[in-house]
Amino acid sequence: MTVLGVLVAQNIAFGVIAAIMVFAALRLVTTRNVVHAALFLVVVLGGVAALFLLMGAEFVGITQILVYIGAVVVLFLFGIMLTRTRIGNEEGTDHPRRLPAVLAAALVATITIYAVVTGFGDAELPADTRTTTAEVADSIFSTYIVPFEAVSVLLLAALIGAIVIARRN
Amino acid sequence: MLLNQFLILSAVLFAIGVYGVLARRNGVLVLMSIELILNAVNINLVAFGSYVSSISGEVFALFIITVAAAEVGVGLAILLLLYRNRQSVDLSEADLMKG
Amino acid sequence: MSLQGVGVLAAEGAAEIVQVGGWFLSNAWIIPAIPAASFFAILFFGKRLPRGGSELGIIAVGASLVLALCTAGQWISTVNGAHGAAVEPVVNRWTWWVAGGVDFTIGTLVDGLAVALLFVVTAISLLVHVYSTDYVAGDVRYTHFFAFLSLFTASMLFFVLAENTIQMIVGWELVGVCSFVLIGHWWEEKPNSDAALKAFLTNRVGDIGLLVGVSVLFFAAGGTFSILEINTRALDGEIGHTLLLISALCLLAAVISKSGQFFLHTWLPDAMAGPTPVSALIHAATMVVAGVYLVARLYGVFFEGMVIAGSSINALALIGGLTTLVGASLAFVQNDIKRVLAYSTISQLGYMVMALGVGAWTAAIFHLFTHAFFKACLFLGSGSVSHAVHSFDMKKDMGGLRRHMPHTYRTFLIASLALAGLPPLAGFWSKDEILAGTGGWGVFGGTGGNGAYTAMLVMGMLTAALTAAYMTRCVYLTFFGRYRGHGHPHESGRRITVPLWILAVFAVGAGWTNLPKGFQIVPKSWTEQFGHYVEPVAAEHFYFPVIAHATPSWTLAIVSILVVLVGGGLAFAYYALVDRRAAAGGSATELADGPTSRWGAARLGHTLLVQKYYLDHLYTGIVAKGTAGPVARGAYWFNQHGIDEVVNQAGRKALAAGHVVYDKIDQKVIDGVVNTTGVASHGAGEELRRMQTGKVQQYAGVMFVASVILAAALILVL
Repeated sequence: MTVLGVLVAQNIAFGVIAAIMVFAALRLVTTRNVVHAALFLVVVLGGVAALFLLMGAEFVGITQILVYIGAVVVLFLFGIMLTRTRIGNEEGTDHPRRLPAVLAAALVATITIYAVVTGFGDAELPADTRTTTAEVADSIFSTYIVPFEAVSVLLLAALIGAIVIARRN
Repeated sequence: MLLNQFLILSAVLFAIGVYGVLARRNGVLVLMSIELILNAVNINLVAFGSYVSSISGEVFALFIITVAAAEVGVGLAILLLLYRNRQSVDLSEADLMKG
Repeated sequence: MSLQGVGVLAAEGAAEIVQVGGWFLSNAWIIPAIPAASFFAILFFGKRLPRGGSELGIIAVGASLVLALCTAGQWISTVNGAHGAAVEPVVNRWTWWVAGGVDFTIGTLVDGLAVALLFVVTAISLLVHVYSTDYVAGDVRYTHFFAFLSLFTASMLFFVLAENTIQMIVGWELVGVCSFVLIGHWWEEKPNSDAALKAFLTNRVGDIGLLVGVSVLFFAAGGTFSILEINTRALDGEIGHTLLLISALCLLAAVISKSGQFFLHTWLPDAMAGPTPVSALIHAATMVVAGVYLVARLYGVFFEGMVIAGSSINALALIGGLTTLVGASLAFVQNDIKRVLAYSTISQLGYMVMALGVGAWTAAIFHLFTHAFFKACLFLGSGSVSHAVHSFDMKKDMGGLRRHMPHTYRTFLIASLALAGLPPLAGFWSKDEILAGTGGWGVFGGTGGNGAYTAMLVMGMLTAALTAAYMTRCVYLTFFGRYRGHGHPHESGRRITVPLWILAVFAVGAGWTNLPKGFQIVPKSWTEQFGHYVEPVAAEHFYFPVIAHATPSWTLAIVSILVVLVGGGLAFAYYALVDRRAAAGGSATELADGPTSRWGAARLGHTLLVQKYYLDHLYTGIVAKGTAGPVARGAYWFNQHGIDEVVNQAGRKALAAGHVVYDKIDQKVIDGVVNTTGVASHGAGEELRRMQTGKVQQYAGVMFVASVILAAALILVL
C-alpha cells in the first residue's frame, strides 16, 4: 500500500471508531439500564484502545484492554450486583432536571474544542508514531522511576483503603 | 492523521462524561462517567505524545490507567458502604454534609 | 595526626581554598549509622537483653560520640594546617537514584558547623540515655523508649550531615516523627497524645514551607540539591534576588514551626507532656535546633535573600527578636517547672534566630552550643526534682528542695546562672556575642557588625533582664522557702546526678571556647577558638558569605551584666520579701497582698520591683488591650455572639498582672486572632451555607463550570 493509502485507511478507521465511540458514550450516559451502561462502557474503552493502537502506542493499548475491560468493567459489574441496582430499565437513574448538566457539558465542549482548533489548526501527527514496549519500559524505569514508585504505593494504599472501607466492621 | 481529530474526539468524550457525572443519580453510573473523562484525558496524552515524538505521553497515560483503577476500587467500596447504610446508591439522597 | 591529601589549590579568585581528606572526615556517615542500627537492634532484640535494650543505645551513642570527637579532632588539625585559608568542606556523595536526568545523591557534608553539632548531639544524647535508664526505669515501654531515643539521635545526626536539601528534608521529617512518638510516649492519657499530635501538626505547617523552599531553590539554582552549590550560586549572584527572598521566606516558615518561633511556638510548651529526658533532648540538641541549623546551613540563601548585610531589620531578625521577648515574658507566669524551661527555650531559640538574622552567624551557633548544655542540665534537673516530688508544679509541690537534693540544686543553680548570662558561665559569652553582633550599640562605642540592628539589641537586652528574673523565680520556688509537697523528697541516684554534674561543668566551661577578641586576661590564642574552627573562612566562589564581624565592646558587656543583675536582683528582692512574709505565716510563693495591691508593695520600698511590673502593665495595657480591642470590634462586625464572648473574656483582665501577660499574649491575642478568623468565617458561612446543599454533583457542576470559565479567560487573554 502506498503512503497515501495507509493514510486514507487510517482516517477511515479513525472515523468508524470515533463514530462508534461517541454513540456508545452517549448511550452510556443516557441509558436507563445499568448493565447496558456497563456494556457501552466496554465499547468506549475498546474504542480508546483501538485509538491507542492507531497512534502506535501498542503497550498502552494492550494495557487499556487488560486493565479496563478486563478488570475495571468486571469491578463495575460486581458493584452493580452488590448494590442490587435493579437490572433492566428503571426510574431514578437520572436527575429530573438535566438542563444544567447539558449546559455545563456544552460549555466544556465548546471551550475545549475552540481551544484545540485555534491552538493546533492543521497540525499533523508524524507519519510513523510507533513506539515499542521496550521504550516505554526504559522510560518508566529510568526517568519516571519516582512517579512509578509513588503510583505503586498509591495502588497499595487504595487496595488497603478499599478493603477497610468495604469490610463489615 | 491530524492531531486535532483526536483532540476533538477527546473533547467530545470529556463533555459527555461531564454530562454523565452531573445528570446521573446512580453512583455506579457516575463512576462510569468519570472513567469516560479519564479516558478522554488519556487520548489527549497519547496524541500529544505522538505529536511531539515523546514517550512521556504514553507513560503518563499508563499512570492514569493505574490511578483510575485505584479510583474505581475505592469509589465502589464507598458506594458499597453507602448502600449498606442507606439501601440506596442515589447520590442526591446522600447529603449529610448539607450546611 | 597526619593529614592525608592536604593540598592547597589556588582558586580562581585571590583567596585560596584548602582541600582536605581524612578518614574520619570522609567516613562521617558511620556516626548516624550506628544509632540507626541500634534502633533496629533494640526494636528486635531489646526485650530479650538483661537491661531491656538500653545498653545497646548507650553503647551506640557512646561510639558515635567517640567518632564525633575524632572527627572534630581531625577537623581542628585540618583548620590548623590551612593557616587561615578557606577550608573546603569534606563532601562524600553517592548517587541514590537518577530520575529525569537529575542525580539524587546521598552523602555527608562535614565542616566546622557539622562537627560542632555532631559533638553536641551525641554528647547530650549520651547523657540523656544514661539519665533515662533511671528516669524511665520500670516503664511499660522501656525498650520502645530507648529504641526511639536511638532513632531520634540518628535522625538528627543524619540531618546534620546532610549533603543536599533532599536529605535535609528526610532528616527533618524523621526528627519530627521521632518527636511525635516520644512526646506521646505515655499516650494512654489524652493530653499526652494530644500534645504529640499538636507538635506534629504544627510542624507539618512549616514542613510545607520547607518543601516549597527546597523546590524553589532547586529550580533557581539550576537543578541542584547540593547545599554547597546552592549557597555558592546564591552568593555569586546567579540566582535572582526575588527567588532567593521567596525561598528564604518559605524556609523561614519551616524554621518558625520547627524551632518554636513566635506564632507557631505553641506546640513547644505542650510537648512537655513527654518524658523529661525527651524534653531535654528535644530542647537542647535535637528537633528545635534543626530550624536554627537549617538557616545556618543555607546561610548563603538567607544572607542574600534577606539582605542581611547593611540593613537594620529583616524578617529573620524580627521574628527572632519577638520570640525572645514573648518566650521570656511567658516564662514568668508558669507554675509548671518544665513549662518555664520550655518558654525559656523558645526565648533562647529566638536569640539564635535573631543572631542569624543580624548576621552574627558564629554567635548563633556558639549560643546553640552553650545553650544545649545548660538547657539540658536544667531539664534533667527538673526531671530529677519531679522524680523526687512526683509533680511538676513548683507552687504546690516544691520549695525548699535545696536541703533535700543538694546535687540537683547545685547543678540547677549553675545552669540557671549560665542561662541568665552571668560571667564567667557559658551563657554570658554567647549571649554577649549575639548582643554585640547586632551592631546596634552605637552609643556604647562599638563598631562592626553587618548592619545597625538597634531594635534587636534592645529586644535582646530586655530579654536578658527577663531571663535573669524568671530563672530567679524558678530557682526560688523550687529550691528555697519551705517544702510544700507531700512525703519526703530525696536526692536522685547516680545515673541522674552524674549526667547533671557533667552538664553543669559544660555549662560553666563551654563559653570559654569562644572568648571575645581583645579579652586581655587570657592569651590571644585562647580567644575566638570556636569561631575559628566552626565558621568557614569566606573565599571567592565559596559557600559562605563574607560576614562583617562585630568588635566586642566592654561597655556593652558591662551594661548587659548590669541588666542581668538588675533583672535577677529584682526577682530576688521580691522573693526575699515573700520569704520573710512566709516566715510570718504568709504564702510561700507570692505576696499575700496580691497583684491588685502591687502599688502597696511599692510603698513598702520595693519601687524597682514594682517598676518591673509596671513594664508588664504597659505591656498588657498597650499591647494586649490595643490588639484585643480591634479584634473584638472586628468580631462584633461579623457576629454579635462573637463579641459577647470576646468582651466577656476581656472583662476578666483584672487577673494577676503576670497572668495577664500569659493570658493575653498567648491565649487571647493569638487565640483571639484565631477566634476572630473563626467568627468571620462563621458569618460568611451563614450567608454561604445556602449554597452548601451537600449534593456532591452540584459541587461538581460548579467546579466544572468555574474551571471552564477560568480556562476560557486564559484562552481569550493569552
